[in-house]
Amino acid sequence: MSVETKTTSGSGRIPAPRPSGREPRGPERRVDVLGYAGLVVAALVMVVPMLWVLLASFKQRDEIYTIPARWLPGALHWQNYADVFATVPFAHFLLNSVITTVLGAGLKVVLGLMCAYALVFVEFPAKRIVFLLVLAALMVPPQVTLIPNYTLIAQLGWLNSYQGIVLPGLASSLGTFLFRQHFQTLPVSVLEAATLDGAGHWRRLWQFVVPLSAPTVSAVALVSVVSEWNQYLWPLLVTDRADMMTLPVGLTLLQNNDGITNWGVLMAGTVLVMLPVLLVFLFFQRRLVAGLAAGALAN
Amino acid sequence: MTTLHQVPAARHRRTPWTSWGTFLLLAGPNVALLVLFVYKPLVQNVQYSLLHWNLGSDRATPVGLQNYVNYFQDPRTPSVLLTTLVFAVVTVGGCMALGLATARLLDRRLRGRTFVRAVVFAPYVLSGVAVGMCWLFVFDPQYGLVSGLLRAVGIASPNWYNDPDWALAMVCIVYLWKYVGYVAIIYLAALQSVPADLLEAAQIDGASPLRQFWSIVFPLLSPTTFFLGVTVFIESNAGGSFDIIRAMTKGGPLEGTTTMVYQVYQEAFVDGSAGYASAIATLLFLALLVVTVVQMVVVERKVHYR
Repeated sequence: MSVETKTTSGSGRIPAPRPSGREPRGPERRVDVLGYAGLVVAALVMVVPMLWVLLASFKQRDEIYTIPARWLPGALHWQNYADVFATVPFAHFLLNSVITTVLGAGLKVVLGLMCAYALVFVEFPAKRIVFLLVLAALMVPPQVTLIPNYTLIAQLGWLNSYQGIVLPGLASSLGTFLFRQHFQTLPVSVLEAATLDGAGHWRRLWQFVVPLSAPTVSAVALVSVVSEWNQYLWPLLVTDRADMMTLPVGLTLLQNNDGITNWGVLMAGTVLVMLPVLLVFLFFQRRLVAGLAAGALAN
Repeated sequence: MTTLHQVPAARHRRTPWTSWGTFLLLAGPNVALLVLFVYKPLVQNVQYSLLHWNLGSDRATPVGLQNYVNYFQDPRTPSVLLTTLVFAVVTVGGCMALGLATARLLDRRLRGRTFVRAVVFAPYVLSGVAVGMCWLFVFDPQYGLVSGLLRAVGIASPNWYNDPDWALAMVCIVYLWKYVGYVAIIYLAALQSVPADLLEAAQIDGASPLRQFWSIVFPLLSPTTFFLGVTVFIESNAGGSFDIIRAMTKGGPLEGTTTMVYQVYQEAFVDGSAGYASAIATLLFLALLVVTVVQMVVVERKVHYR
């Protein structure tokens, strides 16, 4: 094993490698065979199953049920994708997912910003208790609050409604916590200048604090969008009408269509569910990772 | 867990009344939601656990601790507890070990590591249900990728669908596949903030790479290890395992993959015994709380903060 040379990134917040270190000297320069072998194995383990699924989504029924399995479909069989929309109200699922994701993530970010602003910039006697209330909620696994929340939403008559799907999920304090940690690092002078200009709390929040925190806000927003999109257990409980289901819930309807699983169609469906998140991931990888790392390194 | 450093925030010399109003307006909605959907249900859950009550019916009979007694007398309980334990140990231990190994690998200056980093991390952002469905197909005993690969090297594929032990192994593998990337990314961030001069000094002193890792790097990583240990443990006992188990095995075969988390859902929403399920949820919460607190107390003493 070769000796490693460290590259140090200043903040350590974003785990993007910085190739700014010195070149390795002498014997260290030899090719790191073990390292490359590791990279190849890791890449194969992660990519191959997904590639196999993607290819299967283009296969005809009889191409899937062959032993040994063939990798490549004879022709790109787009019918599976058409069948996804034909067998279940997939367009409804998609629309519901978009609506609940936008509502859920948007409100979470706005409420989190407001609360974090209050926790940092507004004086209040019991501020510390409120902060502890926010922090401790992070430790409560959602399974424990499941039955009472379900009963409440059912009593309100909100089963199969957008507010029923979205509202309980808003009670998450990760965003608030991260915003608070970030706000504490903001230069006080800017806010004092804003105060002298006669800006109230509301304007100070949206015109000064939020723009100054743009990277954190976008990172938290991205993490929220991804987690809302993938939300499963809660939407599963509060929706039983197909036209109100979200994508992950509706996906399971493809599973037992006619007793036997039609893998080609099901795999086409999973590809469609995963695709939007993968695109978000490809475009905003750094922001997304920064958002998650912020949670880990905020202490 | 967190060091709350006091920053001299903008002090607003206002009358206390205005501050109260402003504070309530800004923080109120968020706090109200937490109380309504986290803290109140937490208490309610305990109340429900003292009832004999079917979800959807108006009749609920108070039965005291009967649900708890029933739970510990239920012949299924030992196997569910064992499954929960095995799942937690394998997934948390596996995630931490493989995640750290992957992070060390990605910390080396190798060509193509940016690509591998993205590829390893990608599953974390994917829907657990969709991932479960994909892997169900990958593990299909006859037409799946895994059985195909095993057949190619002359090994008969175990029946992942029908054998409880292999089904549990299958679910663990998928969980690891999905979550190792998260642990790796967080560890990688921590590794890259290890000061280079420390390692250089050790290198000059003639410490072997292995010695450097265990004596310098690993202790410096301990706050990260602690954070990950707690969060990965909670995640593996919450949503993360539910999505995958529900998509792949629905707790079966023969309850071979029924963890406590899955049991709460099964009892309350499939079998309808909401009181009984609440008792299990309460026990689950207590168990998580105890393990987390123990982790904090024990590890806190060993954590080296910089």
